[in-house]
Amino acid sequence: MSLSLQARHLACERDERWLFKGLDVDICSGEVVRIEGPNGSGKTTLLKILSGQLTDYHGELIWNGEVMRHVREHFLANLLYLGHSPGVKTGLSALENLAWYQALDGQRDNEAAAWEALESVGLAGFEDVPAGQLSAGQQRRIALARLTLTPRILWVLDEPFTAIDRHGVAALEAQLVAHANKGGCVIVTTHHELSSSPALRRIQLG
Amino acid sequence: MLQPETAKLAPGLKPHLKEPSENLLLALKATLKRDLVLMLRRRGEVLNPLVFFALVITLFPIGISPDPELLAIIAPGLLWVAALLAALLSLDSLFRSDYDDGSLEQLLLAPQPLSALALAKVAVHWLLTGLPLALMAPILGIMLALPGGSYVVLAVSLALGSAILSLIGAIGAALTVGLARGGVLLSLLVLPLYIPVLIFGAGAVQAAIAGDPVTAHLAILGALLAVALMLAPWAIAASLRISING
Repeated sequence: MSLSLQARHLACERDERWLFKGLDVDICSGEVVRIEGPNGSGKTTLLKILSGQLTDYHGELIWNGEVMRHVREHFLANLLYLGHSPGVKTGLSALENLAWYQALDGQRDNEAAAWEALESVGLAGFEDVPAGQLSAGQQRRIALARLTLTPRILWVLDEPFTAIDRHGVAALEAQLVAHANKGGCVIVTTHHELSSSPALRRIQLG
Repeated sequence: MLQPETAKLAPGLKPHLKEPSENLLLALKATLKRDLVLMLRRRGEVLNPLVFFALVITLFPIGISPDPELLAIIAPGLLWVAALLAALLSLDSLFRSDYDDGSLEQLLLAPQPLSALALAKVAVHWLLTGLPLALMAPILGIMLALPGGSYVVLAVSLALGSAILSLIGAIGAALTVGLARGGVLLSLLVLPLYIPVLIFGAGAVQAAIAGDPVTAHLAILGALLAVALMLAPWAIAASLRISING
């Protein structure tokens, strides 16, 4: 056991409607947890709660046996969150975008690693092009380069397959499973059908 | 705190639990550099408040009277009001693009303190809005026949004052970033807080023209800046959290 994220009696209300109530979640190392549910069932909200972004919910989050609010810094140092919007600045090149994330991760001028990460997501040759001139899929790939560039144990990914081509989807899926098999943990929402793997678990909403 | 054994487990594995090793200085430098590069690539946005400032000041002598004696009386207040409105004009975009492209979420999830990172963004705003306004003001002062001896005071008071304006304004910008049309609300929120800055800023220039000592006015501006530097970063961070929560 090297990681555990638990939610106890999680409940969240939006516009006088309960998205979920009394939800217990147990997530450990070595798992790919897929959150499923129809549109508007609260998948993104649950991800935001689990990644510590929202505070207006009922229930308790527990990170490695400690109440999350008390160990927030430790939690954030181990979390990599990719949201609906990729968090890529269109005015900056792929390398410049990644340099900021590297610095937030505490890495000093490690451009070689950024080049390598961009190559691994199929963006070789686009390193210095402003992200605004790249396609939506390529912009998403810049964000996905962070998975290899800034290693974190817990990945929380909101629709990571959006705008990614077929090869990219297969590669990303393999990457998620590989991360889990190495002892990491992935929480993901997607409408894309993940191929079954022993690491895969589902949480059904709605 | 976390028990040491949980943190030490599985050190050899590639994805492993890390202790927060926040390198704040590195993150601050990277944020400063990123925002500076971004703003310098969007020159139009940087120039917009400066052009506004120049236009307003140019139009006043035409609209009122070219009489230097009359202009000299209203010049300090006019320069200060125009600079204040120019700074206000540029505030709405402070966090807007970060909010739209998801960078703000990432900023909030950084292991570094949000207040410090937000302060870096405000510093860039001041460097590219407040400081150029302060440097431009003496030149525009010539057009308003501002009496000699007050030019340095005008630039210094604006440099100090615009830093306060940026800090206070950033709180409003953070509160309204989640709203589609937050511009008007932002102005209403921060204008009352701008009034003391305007009074002491324009007062310093008027005192310089009258030949009175200006240190008291500048000292009060400095004190306001110190208070804003202490409190605003936390208020900005809290406001950003509220906006993201909504």
